[in-house]
Amino acid sequence: MRHKTFLWFFLPTGLAMLLFIALPIVSVLVQSVFAPHEAVLKEVENCTPLVGCVTETTIDQEATRELRENQPLGRFVGLDIYLDRGHLAVAEVGQAWVDAATWDEFWHRLFNLPLYRALSFTLTFTFLVTPLLILLGLMIALAVNSLHRHLKGLMIFFSLLPMIVTPLIGSLILFWMIDSRGIIGSALVSIAGDPNFSLKASTGLMWVSLIVYGVWHSAPFAFVVFYAGLQTLPKDQLESAQIDGATRWQQVRYVVIPHLMPLVTFVALIQLMDNFRIFEPIVGFNASAHATSLSWIIFNDLGGETRQLSAASATSVLTIFGVAILLSPVLVRTWRDFRGKT
Amino acid sequence: MASRAQRMPRSLRIASSAFVLFWFVLAAFPFIWTVWGSFKVELDFFSIADWTNAITGERTKAAHGSPFTGAGYYGAWVQEEFWRNVINTGIVCVFVVCTSLTIGTLGGYALSRSSYNYTFWLLITALIFRAMPPITLVAGYLLPFFQWNLWGILPTTIIVLVAINQPFTLWMLHSFFKNIPKELDESAKVDGCNQFQAFRRVIIPVMWPGVITTGLFSFLLAYNDFAVTSMLLSESNRTMVPEIAAFLGTTYTEGNVMFAVSAVVSATVPLFILVMFFQRQIVSGLTAGAVKG
Repeated sequence: MRHKTFLWFFLPTGLAMLLFIALPIVSVLVQSVFAPHEAVLKEVENCTPLVGCVTETTIDQEATRELRENQPLGRFVGLDIYLDRGHLAVAEVGQAWVDAATWDEFWHRLFNLPLYRALSFTLTFTFLVTPLLILLGLMIALAVNSLHRHLKGLMIFFSLLPMIVTPLIGSLILFWMIDSRGIIGSALVSIAGDPNFSLKASTGLMWVSLIVYGVWHSAPFAFVVFYAGLQTLPKDQLESAQIDGATRWQQVRYVVIPHLMPLVTFVALIQLMDNFRIFEPIVGFNASAHATSLSWIIFNDLGGETRQLSAASATSVLTIFGVAILLSPVLVRTWRDFRGKT
Repeated sequence: MASRAQRMPRSLRIASSAFVLFWFVLAAFPFIWTVWGSFKVELDFFSIADWTNAITGERTKAAHGSPFTGAGYYGAWVQEEFWRNVINTGIVCVFVVCTSLTIGTLGGYALSRSSYNYTFWLLITALIFRAMPPITLVAGYLLPFFQWNLWGILPTTIIVLVAINQPFTLWMLHSFFKNIPKELDESAKVDGCNQFQAFRRVIIPVMWPGVITTGLFSFLLAYNDFAVTSMLLSESNRTMVPEIAAFLGTTYTEGNVMFAVSAVVSATVPLFILVMFFQRQIVSGLTAGAVKG
């Protein structure tokens, strides 16, 4: 295809991505080094007869508005926003490092800072949910594969539901069930034997609930991919393993799993990236008091009356860095494939 | 599973069936439970006294004279005017899917037929864009949208969702078009068509299976989006998902949780139907990327 023809075919989609993905990234980068204008102050001398003159400092509303309108981006502050308490909190971390006598105290102080708190949950979630969902997906795939033909379709249908359903809605459905008056919640209350037992009250249990949701939501994806992989499993390999006397477990371990290994890598890479952006369940579970994530911080900064664009932009840039680190193995793989082809 | 040697011993078969049953309950029960409960009053669905009330509907019987009531649905659809949000979601989804497929098909076709190196770099860029959480872009939209008075209306959101959709659409359609033999459009070109005519007369008639699969995923992205729609739409233009989130804020205080439950069930129904009719396409779409490696 000639360059010119290619250009015309690609132009609409290219333009859409340029205007609404590439430019916003630039805009986010720029905004993250600008802070909102401070109010312009002016000194007014108030003279009252008999009392005398007092100099007062007041906000010059007009000048402030004018300044904000003329330069909507704000004032240039360099990396200040990245280093402030809401983000990397360099000063606070340094202080904690100097003050803290033990590691425990240091970690405790570190996790009281919003970004590190969010980061700790985001990373825990990402690196716990991903292996668990792969394991569960593999088990479901193996079990469903041994079912009768007619049951398989039905199982796939119901298995797809947790994944297809809107994340916010899915998390709400689970949240209502684990509510202390919901069915699972009240069952847990009777098991715990404590009428005030609630999943919502404890940070640890809330994390567990979110992780359970994460696995429930994403295991179907792993299941479907592995199930498709099982259909292409070479029969003769399994048979020769059997003739060599492999037990059922050994067949799975040495024939099936190696066959599925490329798919496991694929699922792991995709899910690492997707779990890193966890956000909706925190809203749905109303869990922000116990668990926050990077995406949730951005959402929280942007929402409400005061839209803190600079703070949100700085967190966005940090999130993009995180995604870039997780994405790098995928990029290396794609690059290697590409070099291999040409 | 035909051969006798492959047949499972009974204990393993029981264990495996039990596990399938366990997963089935895990996957399906929450939905069944919530659909059932959405026809009850709040004191039944969130029962303090006795959990079996949620099944039998004691309080619902006392309040409405029958164990089922549509009060939650009435409250959500009529009182809170949820139908407006349903219509908004419909508009957003239709336009996002159509636009995204139109420009995505052209782009994906071009990427699959060009042999220059820049196609690789374009695909890599698309992959990077695909990996980025949409919420990180929102901060970049707000300022220009406020400045040009584009914030809060449906068309802006539709265009943004189309753009966010493009990277995935391009990858999917690119790999799909790769599987359509090049000889097809080349022979059309030998017969005197230019590239666009070859695309229109030869490729369009055979591309529908791939386009439908891709369209399903575009639909899901537009339908399920919360981060972008809740940030870019004004209160009167909200789609379903941000509206449900807004319900939560108000209903917990007013004791109208059942409105939210009914709205959630209403929003799940289209997805349920979608999976029912397009199960095969969804499965093939999910595995398409995987099989290629």
